[in-house]
Amino acid sequence: MAKVSVRDLTMAFGSYVVMRDLNFDISERDIFVIMGGSGCGKSTLLRHLIGLKEPASGRVLYDGEDFTSAEPDQRERFIRRFGVMYQSGALWTSLTLAENIALPIEQHTELPAKDVRELAVYKLALVGLSGYEDYYPAQVSGGMNKRAGIARAMALDPDILFLDEPSAGLDPLSSRRLDELILQLRDTLGSTVVVVTHELASIFAIANNSIFLNTVTRTQSATGDPKWLRDHSDNSMVREFLNRGATP
Amino acid sequence: MSNEDSSPTASWRQEEGGLVLVLSGRWHRGSRPVNEEGGRQTKWPDSFETSELGEFDSTLPAYLLGRLREIEQRESQLAAGLPENLQALMELALGVPEQSDAKVSEEAATGLSSLGKATTHAWEAVGSVVEFTGQTVLSFGRFVTGRSSFRSRDFWLILQGCGVQALPIVALISLLIGMILAFVGNIQLANFGADLYVADLVGLAMVREMGAVMTAIIMSGRTGAAFAASLGSMSANQEIDALRTFGFNPFDFLVLPRLLALVLMMPLLTIFSNIIGIFGGMLVAWTLHTPPELFYAELLTAINPTNSSLGVFKSVFFGAAIAVSGCLQGMKAGNSSVAVGDATTRSVVASITSIVVLDSMFAIAFTILDI
Repeated sequence: MAKVSVRDLTMAFGSYVVMRDLNFDISERDIFVIMGGSGCGKSTLLRHLIGLKEPASGRVLYDGEDFTSAEPDQRERFIRRFGVMYQSGALWTSLTLAENIALPIEQHTELPAKDVRELAVYKLALVGLSGYEDYYPAQVSGGMNKRAGIARAMALDPDILFLDEPSAGLDPLSSRRLDELILQLRDTLGSTVVVVTHELASIFAIANNSIFLNTVTRTQSATGDPKWLRDHSDNSMVREFLNRGATP
Repeated sequence: MSNEDSSPTASWRQEEGGLVLVLSGRWHRGSRPVNEEGGRQTKWPDSFETSELGEFDSTLPAYLLGRLREIEQRESQLAAGLPENLQALMELALGVPEQSDAKVSEEAATGLSSLGKATTHAWEAVGSVVEFTGQTVLSFGRFVTGRSSFRSRDFWLILQGCGVQALPIVALISLLIGMILAFVGNIQLANFGADLYVADLVGLAMVREMGAVMTAIIMSGRTGAAFAASLGSMSANQEIDALRTFGFNPFDFLVLPRLLALVLMMPLLTIFSNIIGIFGGMLVAWTLHTPPELFYAELLTAINPTNSSLGVFKSVFFGAAIAVSGCLQGMKAGNSSVAVGDATTRSVVASITSIVVLDSMFAIAFTILDI
């Protein structure tokens, strides 16, 4: 059974339809990439997957259970399995980096304060932020904010990790390190990872499954392994996108 | 006249080979307006003639794109005859088709449609206030029954912000209000030799109305606006979304501590304001030859525990109104710095309006109850 299933999903802002009739499955331990041109609705699709936006029509299912029409209590149980990193990092600015990671742990576990702190320090070390535990988000760079955002998303060892443009704004080395981290998370924790990105190097390095959102037709153009799509997709726009504009 | 000096000109001609658009002159941001000849066409030209075309900047491709958007054949291919660099610029502009339904339609606003829109917006605003108040009450219910939580450190910081840190401004305004009341009252009462009754006037005005209302107005501009700005910034920065996806209820975590802090602090600030205002009135009366002992003795004949608690009682509701207005506008703010500014403004306007409306209702109720 698919970990995440999307059925006939239509996303709209009022009467303006962003994307229609999206249908795809994400299997357990997939690293699934949502890709497409700027402004095509990648982040909006992510917001639908995590329940921050209601679909105009269609459904999102987790392990076959309907998330879209779930009651609030049931939906909260779904949400507790998610870890989300937002485009801007979205760290709580009144808390230090360590406190940002500690807050969800304190909320959802009974761990003593010392253990919570140790966990927060470990998560920050995973993203290369050792030593910055007591800095506030405003005191570190945008890239460091993003990495701290990823550390926070991993705070509760989530079943499904959603990352919105994680490598945008990072230097090439940090970006590569992040790709390795995502692969390790999948391999060691068994997490399913959903990534919004259009960084081709990252896509080919980490993803084994993907969806391409087409700005022109406003629906999906292709799904599958991005490396396969790059060479064999029957949609020329997908091939062109994955070959950075060059016609294969 | 050379091409360098001539006006930008677009001339449409019907020739044997079809419609020709002749472009000539110098197209530059500093040039004179475009001289159009041959009238506006509804068809894209079959070819271009550019032998008289001088230098051009973005104004020329912008003009061509504008004409292309006007005609019906939106998918037209560019016709031959454009200079290579201009052709490249146009192809770039037409690379991604126009999302015509993404455009914001600007309907002509008639009086009736404006009234309709205003009514709809007002109704939606009422709905959102009712919904927000309901959510806040539910959140308070969860707090009372121990099913909600927020960080105690956040609560104490908010309490400090809307309590101790507000004392200086509340003291200054209340002192001045008390002094103004005493001055104005003395002018009239002295005519009748009743200047001692300034104590009654200042005392009653402060404890029944001015202490609570002035404190509430100060807190609207100070704390209510700060609530709207901080929650608006959190909303713009997706911090509230992040709370939701970690299973936190934003009402329990953000609204409730602010509401509780303000509801707890407002009565204390009002009592403080009353004391300072009366003290200001006493200072003025002293300068106008009413000794403080006499002022104090007269004050005690005017105020009693019942009327002096009216303002304090009202301040609890004023505090709730300020907190709800500030938090509502902050949580509803859009995701830009302008939206945060708008939320702050709306919060102050809404809370001052609600304070005045609530005060009017209390005035009617107290009159009916003969308090």
